[in-house]
Order: sequence, then C-alpha cells, then structure tokens
Amino acid sequence: MSPLNHKLLRDLWRIKGQAGAIALVVAVGVSLLVMMSGMLSSLQDTRETYYERYRLAEVFAPVTRAPLNVLDQVAQISGVASVQGRITGGALVDMPGQALPVRASALSVPRYQASRLNDFYLKHGRALDPARTDEVIVLDSFAQAHDLQLDDTLSATMNGARRSFWIVGFAMAPEFLFTTAPGEFVPDDARFAVLWLNEDALAAAFDMKGAFNEALLSLERNAKPEAVLLAVDGVLDRFGGQGAYLRKDHMSDRFISEEISGLQATSVAVPPIFMGVAAFLLYIVITRMVQSEREQIGLIKAFGYSDFEVGYHYFKLVLVIAVAGAGLGCVLGLWGGRAMAGVYQSVYHFPFLVFHIEPAPLVSGVGVSVLAASAGGLFVLRRVFALTPAVAMRPPAPMDFSRSGAMNERLKSWLDQPSRMVVRRILRNPGRLFGAVLGVAVGMGLSSAQMSLMSGFDDTLDLTFGVIDRSDVSVSFFETMPAETVFDMKHLPGVVEVEPTRAVGAVLRNGRNSYRGTVSGLPANARLNRAVDKDMADIVMPETGIVLAKSLADILEIQPGEMLQVEVLQGRRPVLTVPVASIAETLLGSPSFMLMDSLNRELRERGQVSGVYLRVDSDQLPALYEALKAMPSVAGVTRREDARAAMQKLMDTGAGAMRYVMAAIAGIITFGIVYNAARIAFGEQARDLASLRVMGFTRGETAFVLLGELAVVVLLAIPLGVGIGYYLSFLIAAGFSTDLYQIPTTFRPDAFGIAALAVVLAALVSGWLVKRDIDRIDLVATLKTRE
Amino acid sequence: MSTPLNTFKTQGLTKVYGTGPAAVHALRGVDLEIPKGDIVVLLGPSGSGKSTLLNIIGGLDRASAGTAYFEDQNLTDMSDRELTRYRRDHVGFVFQFYNLMPSLTARENVELVTEIAQDPMDVDDALRLVGLGDRMDHFPAQMSGGEQQRVAIARAIAKNPTVLFCDEPTGALDSSTGRAVLHVLNDVNAKLGATVMIVTHAAATAAMAHRVIHFADGAIRTVEENAHRVSPDEIEW
Ligand SMILES: Nc1ncnc2c1ncn2[C@@H]1O[C@H](COP(=O)(O)OP(=O)(O)OP(=O)(O)O)[C@@H](O)[C@H]1O
Ligand SMILES: [Mg+2]
Repeated sequence: MSPLNHKLLRDLWRIKGQAGAIALVVAVGVSLLVMMSGMLSSLQDTRETYYERYRLAEVFAPVTRAPLNVLDQVAQISGVASVQGRITGGALVDMPGQALPVRASALSVPRYQASRLNDFYLKHGRALDPARTDEVIVLDSFAQAHDLQLDDTLSATMNGARRSFWIVGFAMAPEFLFTTAPGEFVPDDARFAVLWLNEDALAAAFDMKGAFNEALLSLERNAKPEAVLLAVDGVLDRFGGQGAYLRKDHMSDRFISEEISGLQATSVAVPPIFMGVAAFLLYIVITRMVQSEREQIGLIKAFGYSDFEVGYHYFKLVLVIAVAGAGLGCVLGLWGGRAMAGVYQSVYHFPFLVFHIEPAPLVSGVGVSVLAASAGGLFVLRRVFALTPAVAMRPPAPMDFSRSGAMNERLKSWLDQPSRMVVRRILRNPGRLFGAVLGVAVGMGLSSAQMSLMSGFDDTLDLTFGVIDRSDVSVSFFETMPAETVFDMKHLPGVVEVEPTRAVGAVLRNGRNSYRGTVSGLPANARLNRAVDKDMADIVMPETGIVLAKSLADILEIQPGEMLQVEVLQGRRPVLTVPVASIAETLLGSPSFMLMDSLNRELRERGQVSGVYLRVDSDQLPALYEALKAMPSVAGVTRREDARAAMQKLMDTGAGAMRYVMAAIAGIITFGIVYNAARIAFGEQARDLASLRVMGFTRGETAFVLLGELAVVVLLAIPLGVGIGYYLSFLIAAGFSTDLYQIPTTFRPDAFGIAALAVVLAALVSGWLVKRDIDRIDLVATLKTRE
Repeated sequence: MSTPLNTFKTQGLTKVYGTGPAAVHALRGVDLEIPKGDIVVLLGPSGSGKSTLLNIIGGLDRASAGTAYFEDQNLTDMSDRELTRYRRDHVGFVFQFYNLMPSLTARENVELVTEIAQDPMDVDDALRLVGLGDRMDHFPAQMSGGEQQRVAIARAIAKNPTVLFCDEPTGALDSSTGRAVLHVLNDVNAKLGATVMIVTHAAATAAMAHRVIHFADGAIRTVEENAHRVSPDEIEW
C-alpha cells in the first residue's frame, strides 16, 4: 500500500468520530431516499397490479333502480369496454356482545363470475355456492378485527329484515384498500363491514330482481372519461342516476393517492436536506484538515506529487466517508423499506405488497447523493491546489487576524482577552459561523415545524370533535325521513337533545373547477353539529346561499359573494345556482352547508331529514343502542369518541407516523451540527487552549474561549430557527393537507420553545463532551508539535 | 527541608513513559538544586530528558517517582488545580514554536497573562523590554519568527514570574535574532531577579549562565558553576 493510502487510513482513524457521524447523516439521507422512492414505486406498482388483476372498474355509476337491459345501452357508449351491473345496499351487522350495530355494505356477486369487474381476492375459505342465498363472504379486515372464523354465522339487517348468514370466506378487494363507511372519512376496520352475497339473495332483500343499482364500467384505452361520464349520466338519469364518477374519486383510491403523493413530496424534499448537511459537515472537516496539513501538502508536492495526486488523496477521504454512508444507507433503506411495506400492507389492506426498488433509480439516486455530499469536499480542493511547496519551507504562519481591522479598536474597550479571542475568530471566518448557524437553524426549524404539525393534528381532532361536532352519537338513515322522526327520537332512552340534518350528494361547480361531495343542511340554530368561522364563532346559515369549507373554497377557487353551481345528485336532482355566503373553518373533509329548510325547499321535499345528531345521557347508551338497532330505518350509528379514536389511529400510522420520525431525525441533525462545530473549534484551537493552560488559565477559563463561539452559534441559530420553522410549518402543513383533512398552521410557541430547548441542550451536551477533551489535553504533547 | 535560597530542589526524580518492555525511562533519578536568581543552561544530547525535566518542574507534567520542590511547595503532591495555580502565579514559559494566540495582537497576547497575574508589570514595559515597543498592535501573522519569539518572552515575563522556562527558545532563529532573544533573557534575570532555565543545543549559550547542567540518558552528568559569565552579545553562535 502506498504511503499516501496509509496516511488516508490513519487520518480516517483519527477523525473516526466525526467521519462516522457524517457517514451516518449520509446513511440516513440515502436510506430515506431508498426507502421512500422504493416504497413509492412499490405502492404504485402494487396498486396497479392489484387493480388490474381484480379488474377494478374505472367508472362507478350509482343509480336508484335500473332494469338490467339498460346495461346494453351503457355498453353502446363510445369508449366503454365493458359494463356490469351489481346490487349494493346498506346493512347493519349485529355483532354478539356489542351494543352498537356495525355499518356494512352488501355487494352482489353474480352467478357467473367470468372476468367480473370489482372482483375480490379470496383470502380464506371458498367461493359462494350460487345455489344458496344464505352464504356470505366477509371483508377480511373486518373479520380480523372481530376475530370471525369460517362457518361462523353472521346476523345482518337489510332493508329492515334481519337474516343470518354462513361465513364461507374472507376476502380483500381493491375497492376497499381503505375502508370507510359511505359518507365518512375515518377508516375503522372494526366499525365497517363489507358483505358479498349471491345476487339472488341481495335482489330479494332490496327488491332488485332483474335490476341493478350500480353500474361498473371499464374503459377502452383511448376513451375520454369525461365524455363517458356525461353519456352514462344521460342514460341512467331516468332511473335515478346519482352521477357517475371516476375511479380516482372513489374514496379508497383517493386515500391511497393522497398517501402516494404525500410520499412523493417527502421523498423529493427530505433526502436533499441530509445531503446538504453532510456536504456542509464534510466541508468543514476537510477544510480543517487541509488547513492543519498545509505544510504536509506543500512537502508532498515538493517531493514531486502532482496537484491532482494530492487533491485526489483528500478527495478520497471524502469519497470513502460518503460511499460508506451511502452503502450503509442502502442496507438500512432496504431493511426499513421492507418494514414499512409491512405497515402499509396492513394499513391499506393489500393482499400483497412486495418492497422492491428499481436498480437504475437506486444507482443514480445513490450516486447523486454521494456526489452531493462530497461537493463540500470538492470545494476545499481548490485550496489544496493553491498551496505551493514553498509553504512547507516557511515556519508556520499563524492564522492572520489582522483583517478583522476596524473592529479591533472598538473591541479593546470593553472585552477581556478571552472574549476578544472568541470575537476575532468569528470575525475571521464569518462564513463558517454562518454555515453552522444555518445548519443548526435548519435542524431546529425542521424539528419545530414537525412538532407544531403534531399539535396541528391534535387541533384537527379538537376542532372536529370538540367544536364543530358536539354530539355524542350521530345516526344516519337509509332513506330520508319525515321531520317528525326527530320528535320520535326525543323519546328514545337517554336522549337529551336531538338535532336533524339533511345531507345530499352533489357536484359543486365553479367554472372549470368542480368537486364531488355532500351538502349538509343544518337547522337554523344548530348546536350539536355546526359550521364555525376561523374565530370559532357560529356561522348563521343564510336563507339563501351556501357556506363552504375553506379547503373546498380553495379547490373551487371561489370567494364569498360569487355564485356557485350545485348539482344535487338525489331526489329530483335540481341544479341550483347559489351565492357563497361565507367560509367555514373545518379540518376534516371538505363539507359545504346550507340552511336545511332552504335545501329541502330546493329539493321540493318538505321537512325531510337524513340523519340526526344526539346528545345522550351516557348511562343510558346501551339501552339507546338497543332501541336504534330495532329501528329498520337506521343505516348507521356513530359514537363521536369512536370516530375520534379512529382518526387518531389514522394519524399515527402511515405518513402520519413519519412526523415522529422526522422530528427525531431533525433533532439528531441539530445535535450533529452543534457537536461538530464544537469539535472542529476544539481541533483548531487545541494548541492555543494548551498554551492557555500552560499560562495558568483554569479549565473553566479555557473552556470559555472554546465554547464562547458555540454559544454565539446557538444564540444566533435560535431566532433564525424560529423563522425557518415558522415558514416550514406552513409548507409542510400545506403539503400534508388534502381535501380529506387539513392541518391547521398556527404559530405554536410551545413547539418552538421545545425545539430551542433541544438546541440548547444539544449545545450543553456537546460543550460538556468537548470540555472533557479540554480537561484531558496533554499539554506536553500538544506543545511539542508545530500545529 | 528546602532552603529559601533554592528555587528548585529535586530528589530521585524519575519519569517512565509506557510500561513493560516498551517502557522509556526519560528521567532516571534526578537530584538537583537550583539557587534563586540563577540562569541555568541545560545541555545534553537529544532524547536525554531535558524537556521532560523542564515540563515536570514547570508543572506541566507529573513525575513517576521522586520529589520536586518549588521553594517549600512539593510539586509532586499537587492536584491539577494547584498546579494550575502554581503556573499562573509563578511560572513563565517560552517554547521553541512561540505558541502565540494568532487571534490576539502582540499587546493582547501579553495582556492575556497580565489579566490573571497577581503582580504583573506594565504591558508596554514588557514589550519594550524585548524591543517591540513599536509593534504592539501587530498580529502574530504580521511578525517574523524572532519577533514572535520575543512577544512570547514578553508574555512570559510580564507576570513577573519567579521562574522562566525556555525550551529551545532560539531553536528556530538565526544567530543575531537568537542573540537578541538571549539578551532579553539575561536582562529579565538581571532586572527582575527571575530564575531562568534554558534548554538548548547551542553549547555556546552556556557562557552566559551562572550554572550549566550536563544531561545524558535521563540523569545529570555534571553541574558547572560559571565563574566568568559573558554577555550574550559575545556568544559565539
Ligand atoms: N510521550 C512520550 N512517550 C514516550 N516516550 C517519550 C514521550 N516523550 C518523550 N519520550 C521519550 O523520553 C525521552 C526524553 O525525551 P525529552 O523530550 O525529554 O528529550 P530532550 O532531552 O528534550 O530531547 P531534545 O533535545 O531532542 O528535545 C526520549 O527518549 C523520548 O523518546
Ligand atoms: Mg526537548
């Protein structure tokens, strides 16, 4: 081995602590890159394969009741590859030992199953026997949540009639990657079931013999989806079509798409931060090394090594660190990716999810990371090239501080010598100080933003389930009910207060922007389920006009006072043109509100309600549930607490869980930079510090000279970190917010306080670690050497 | 025990680096008395233990065995804190490589010491004594090696040290600058009464000493008292 390579190994060993730390930063960055980009392509591919293999429809067209021959008409529409009808219906599943009935969707399975659209993957058990009407296949996630077994019986109420079924199989399906009850946003495996039944059984239960209430379409490759939707709506209109929609508007696909785009944003934004930090750290470490070895460099050159050879020697050091980090990162990333895939598979109910990563992007991604990280080192090579052999012949030139110039006179008057040393060092090299300040500030900003995001999630919960929805239980009906129902429900056990609501599906349109959602009709003095403005004050529902959630107004790009077109998808399906009255603050979903009476008037349906919110005496809950279970009109009962808990769970898994990881990682970066800054300062000043000790300065006094600079870094970094964090929290919140849920961005002194405290703590620990080194300084050995 | 006339007195001073077969015996039982106010020159081959001795009685390093007294204080018993105190109050060091603080001007380098000393001399006086009255506001980078070394001496003497240790103070200097530096050391001894210990390879330096100690293989070979001291100006280089 050449002597230069020996030197390389020894140098690496000497700076092993720092080199290890930097390699670790590179490793974290690369592993996130590998993990997230791999996860991204795995998710996309898996979704694609899953959809294809089980033939998920590209268009869904719900309708009230249409005869089967209408399907032929739909099939004629240009661009439609195939069309199938099915029967769907709401059901309530009665779980033994559980007071609250569980909402379920019942889906028909046709007698002949060849290339069926919206097929399912039979995980356990067998297919339905076409000859029997009492067999059921149950959604696997629900079965697992309740520990159901094959051959168990399941009791379900459909259309008011209770029936028992044999469970013959458990299945997963691409339309239920994410299982939410219709109209709800929060998935909860235990509280929503899907039941696949023979067509005949469902046709009998819902009076759909020879008819269907949902058409599923697959499209030809070159089909124009919007045109198909229009044509389908045209055909189904007569039969109570509720508006055909595309796969991307299907709730399950929307959730997974949001997840994928969130992952995409993170995978683009996060790894570069680590590479930047690594580049910065490498830059200062190598700068320091070249500085202290200037004479050796001159000497090696004097021996006849070329600039390139010498430069390459130092660059190799950088490369070794970066490549080692990247290698470790790949291993960690593959390992982490596998673990992550397991989490995703269970959260999103994929039957299979194999973590895989394409070699090409992996290689290029890692290559770019290595280069980016070593860019810091490349910078320094200029200096290596600039050094001449003559330098080696001269006695060591002390670092030149005369340039700090004008400052000197002023400094003299009010600083003692140690303080002057600190100040001059800073003035001498403001660029490096700035780099350290920036690094610490970015780390702090990142962690404070993540933390304020965390409490933002909590705000979402508090606002949704504390301010907007103040009910204990909400009840929805299969079909709209006369307003008298409300009075009847007052007499149910434990009910203290009843508030009706009327929700209709609608497409909201403003020019080119449209959104498919629901309009909620609220009573005049809503108390249990309200719309509030951004100051949390009640919004009084206007006689005419609509109130939009902020997120919805953003999607539609509409301001209060402008006119909005509302295409109601139910009843007589009126198309309304109403002014936007005001903007409501909501964090879950993108709802819109109207005065219930106005909505009913437009629908020409007098006094109809689709659900009620209840305030309940909690002691009487079981009795209330019993009573609700007995009511055939009840489609679902939701306890606010359950919804909240499910929401919390959703936030803590998948992308939501990333924020904890990110906050921790940001903390590590901050510590890494602070510690490195302290170490570098120590390395540079070891001799000066030893001299101070020789002159009789105590350890404490000596430490001040060293740690003073660190203190300045920290003091400057904290306000900057608050600024960066403030800005970042907006960016991140905007990135995380979707039409499904929004993250509020309010300035949170507590989050910033904790982040600042963490920085101070990091500084104290680093200071303490370096102080230990000062205590251990070998005076004799340090002074014996020139540098 | 120790007479007030001696600045240092050592008995059986031993220093061993490392253990086992690899152990290096840098000092093998040094018995030494250095009277107050002497200029002492230590001569000896490289590796004979001169620096080691200086470091131990200067409070920078610890002996493996034996005792070393500074006046009536036992250095070998002292805690780190006490050694720091000792260096702070009594000792001045001048090294071969100057060891100035590059971020402080000449004056500030000296002030660094006077700020913590008990009875310091005037900073300007100290710098004038080394002939740098007009370079006080220059940074080390703006000075030649000899000038830097003189600043280092000014820094060492400004606290009015009881002892001044110089480990090869002229090692990096040419003959005339070297003479100037020796001149300063001579003056410090004469004017301030400090005990001055100089380690050097330039045997001619011995001519200016009160006492010359010859060192070899970790032990003292001979101690000569110099009856006819000569001025540094006359030293052959
Ligand atoms: N840290 C150490 N570890 C091991 N051995 C050491 C150490 N420091 C010094 N020595 C050894 O102790 C012996 C005395 O060293 P010292 O520095 O005192 O010599 P010196 O007389 O000052 O030599 P020079 O004139 O070359 O400066 C030498 O043999 C040296 O190799
Ligand atoms: Mg020596």
